[in-house]
Amino acid sequence: MRIFKPLFIISVFLYLYLPMVVLITNSFNQSKYGYHWKAFSWKWYEKLWHNTGLMDAFVNSITIAVLTAFIATILGTLMALAIHRYKFRFKNVAGSMLFILMMSPDIVLAITFLIIFIALGIQLGFWSLLIAHITFCLPFVVITVYSQLKGFDENIIEAAQDLGASESKIFSVIIFPMILPAVLAGWLLSFTLSLDDVIISSFVSGPGFEILPIRVFSMVKVGVSPEVNALATILLVISLTAITVVSLLIKRKNSDI
Amino acid sequence: MTQSAFLSFNSVSKRYQNQEILREFDLTINDGEFFTILGPSGCGKTTILRLIAGFEQPDHGCVVLDGQDIGNLPAEHRPTNTVFQSYALFPHMSIYDNIAFGLKMSGVDKAEIKQRVHEALSVVQLDGFENRKPHQLSGGQKQRVAIARAIINRPKVLLLDESLSALDYKLRQQMQNELKRIQRQLNITFVYVTHDQEEALTMSDRVLVINNGQAQQIGTPREIYESPVNLFVARFIGESNIFKAKITQCLDNYQYIAEIYGLQWKITADHKFAVDEHVNVILRPEDLRVMYSEDAPQEPGFVGKIIERNYTGKTLDSVIQLDNGHILGISEFFNEDDPDFDYNINQKVWVNWVHGWEHVIKADER
Repeated sequence: MRIFKPLFIISVFLYLYLPMVVLITNSFNQSKYGYHWKAFSWKWYEKLWHNTGLMDAFVNSITIAVLTAFIATILGTLMALAIHRYKFRFKNVAGSMLFILMMSPDIVLAITFLIIFIALGIQLGFWSLLIAHITFCLPFVVITVYSQLKGFDENIIEAAQDLGASESKIFSVIIFPMILPAVLAGWLLSFTLSLDDVIISSFVSGPGFEILPIRVFSMVKVGVSPEVNALATILLVISLTAITVVSLLIKRKNSDI
Repeated sequence: MTQSAFLSFNSVSKRYQNQEILREFDLTINDGEFFTILGPSGCGKTTILRLIAGFEQPDHGCVVLDGQDIGNLPAEHRPTNTVFQSYALFPHMSIYDNIAFGLKMSGVDKAEIKQRVHEALSVVQLDGFENRKPHQLSGGQKQRVAIARAIINRPKVLLLDESLSALDYKLRQQMQNELKRIQRQLNITFVYVTHDQEEALTMSDRVLVINNGQAQQIGTPREIYESPVNLFVARFIGESNIFKAKITQCLDNYQYIAEIYGLQWKITADHKFAVDEHVNVILRPEDLRVMYSEDAPQEPGFVGKIIERNYTGKTLDSVIQLDNGHILGISEFFNEDDPDFDYNINQKVWVNWVHGWEHVIKADER
């Protein structure tokens, strides 16, 4: 029995992480077919670098992700502040609408976006992708920032006011620094969500503007090229970095309060 | 201490939605006094504080501070500062920046800020804490920082909202003395809001007892405790034994004979009463005299038995049930003749009091 417990844990972890390990290993494997190890090489990374179609798609994806992250963060933060600070009619409705957006299946959103873009005559490409990505990232930012705002002692704002701070000072010196970790977390969340998305993107992107996940998806239909392994490894590194940064920020925030 | 009106409310009314909190409320606070507003929760005491601080504006009436109507002045322009119950320190700033905040907002130059922060820290005895963050401090230390942050601006009035209730007993007592010392040292008017009567009696120059937005009594702690004007104050401040009585005879000099539970008692009042008028005779637990029945002197007294006894360290607090069913609470100090003094449950006892220690109020006042 004493050996059973560690064995069980090891097998769970193997099940979870073995595919990733194989993928990363193969990205450095000289052999084209991943069945046996030939030699260590950067070959696939070089090939990836010279594959202009794939690299273009990569740059496009990063562009969309960065723009989405910025715009969604700004809009989402403002929205969270409004919901937190002001009392208005339909405030609860506005809150629940965000949850609906967050919970609805991607495929439903994808179809909705497609119908709207066609109805409005927006050409599928850069703008349609950007709009769609901002929309599905927005609720995540609002909820991250709002939950941080809600955790504050209400008296802090009154204390600042009492000590002579104007509205704008209260925002710049008190509120903004206190929600900054949540804002950054919202940015990174949006960035990864945008970079990851396949379903919605595949509906709203056009032939003129191809992004990475869709490009890869069409590539693997004709057989997995080891370049894709290299690409996946790079993406994995980016995602892990983002997650590490977020969790560090959240940890710092918690130790502050 | 000058006795001039420094801060006053002139028939101030305030309502939230449908609930009327204050109605034509008047209040006068003197310059340099430690003034406490005492009442149960929901009585309007915090609203009064928020009206002074400027977090709320009065619906009617005016709030006058040092000759100026400040009723519609926003909080950031008022010469008042608040110490919040939850401390409300800025979590992302160091202690130095927290305390310096008010001065920075009013554009005081850096050298002066530095000097005044150090002064404020030494007033609250936290020298050397400049670079810590609020989360590294204990509750009592946070409380001191909140006080330093408020007094550094040299407010005309310092407002304290149940500022000590989050602290434990020992620390609270220590901070009570500390607050009194700070108030004497700075000579600023303090307005303290609390529901804790002990705190109010300990610290204040004057106390306002308030209930349902109505001022009940205003006076020194001694007046409030010894001469409550009505039953609410008598019950809210400390413990009270309330005897229903009827005046049977008027003697001279506010002296009367009154009937309580069938016995005739000589009482002294500070009002005029007529024969047959109903009054309440109030006696504090420590003012009643108790003896074992067998030792009772030949004087009028109530007879009953001990139904509960609680040792509190300083006193022996007992509950007596009189033979007529009424319940009395008594509190006796140990004296040097009999330090091991105690009662048994069901012990027969005899109760009366020294004439003149009673306090008499009209029966129609609640």
